[in-house]
Amino acid sequence: MSETALHHANPTGFAHQFEDLEQQHEAGRLGMWIFLATEILFFGGMFTAYTIYRALHLPAFVIGSHLLEVQFGATNTVVLICSSLTMALAIRAAQTGKEKSTIIMWLVLTMILGATFLGLKLRFEWYHDYVEHIVPGFGFVYRPEWGSLAPSVQMFMCFYFFMTGLHALHMVVGLGILAVLVGMAGKGKFTSQYYVPLEISGLYWHFVDIVWIFLFPLLYLIGGRYASGGH
Amino acid sequence: MADHDAHGEHVQHTEHVVPISTYVGVFLVLLVGTALTTGVAYIDLGRWNTVVALIIAVTKMLFVVLFFMHVKYNPGLTRIVIVGAFFWLGIMICFSMADELTRSWEYNPLPWNSSIILPYIQHFLF
Repeated sequence: MSETALHHANPTGFAHQFEDLEQQHEAGRLGMWIFLATEILFFGGMFTAYTIYRALHLPAFVIGSHLLEVQFGATNTVVLICSSLTMALAIRAAQTGKEKSTIIMWLVLTMILGATFLGLKLRFEWYHDYVEHIVPGFGFVYRPEWGSLAPSVQMFMCFYFFMTGLHALHMVVGLGILAVLVGMAGKGKFTSQYYVPLEISGLYWHFVDIVWIFLFPLLYLIGGRYASGGH
Repeated sequence: MADHDAHGEHVQHTEHVVPISTYVGVFLVLLVGTALTTGVAYIDLGRWNTVVALIIAVTKMLFVVLFFMHVKYNPGLTRIVIVGAFFWLGIMICFSMADELTRSWEYNPLPWNSSIILPYIQHFLF
């Protein structure tokens, strides 16, 4: 039997080891959540280190935080929230049996928004930081106004780059997953009966969004912005 | 969705289609949350700035998890996994903080010197 014939014989993608399609979907979903639990602890290690260093070096963390541009952090938060909405609508399009062009449209929109996030981050934040000499390991320059706090300011920037870097890496992986989903959707793999790959990839994408929801206030808004009066 | 029940048993369906209006509502809540957390950062609340920022972030997370990630419509097992993950995260953060913030650092800068270190060891052991 050719693969096409198999596909037609089993349009729901039902695997024989499961009781029914419902159980199969639940197993897939649960597996993804357990993976996300490990991801929570993976990022959690950085958040733990961040919390301790912030408690020990708060004044330096305030200085470091004020080196970041709030408007880019806020813009990127909005971009990611939009991408979460388009991802949710891509899954919904499959659930409600929309045509594959609709699913692909929402997926491609999600990819465009994800790429916009990374583009803004690289072009307007990291590149800018490099020019300003506040990238640890790449010509970091202690500023005289930081005084004895300068090494701890550099430590904050280490946290900033490792945390946003790890997050950006997850975004790149997410874009790869979305590209695969676009391919699968193009082949007409998704139906209102079978959309588990879309749904669990959506869980991953939303998880990455949640990480950013915490990174934005914790990195960009330490100690408030009222004292700095802009910079 | 048509019920497909080959075994003649009751099958609990969790394949819930969320209305677009719910998604858009959650989206708007998230936008408002982002505006709020950014705005609050420009108001001096002292140490409460961080508390408010975290409350807003947790609220945003709950909306994403419950609606975008469908946990509201999922079986309880999913919730157990999530609560478990955050419980372990709590252990990691709280125990690390408890260690770090209650440790006495005064002996720490001592260089290795047996004539200084050994009396301490003897002091604590005997």
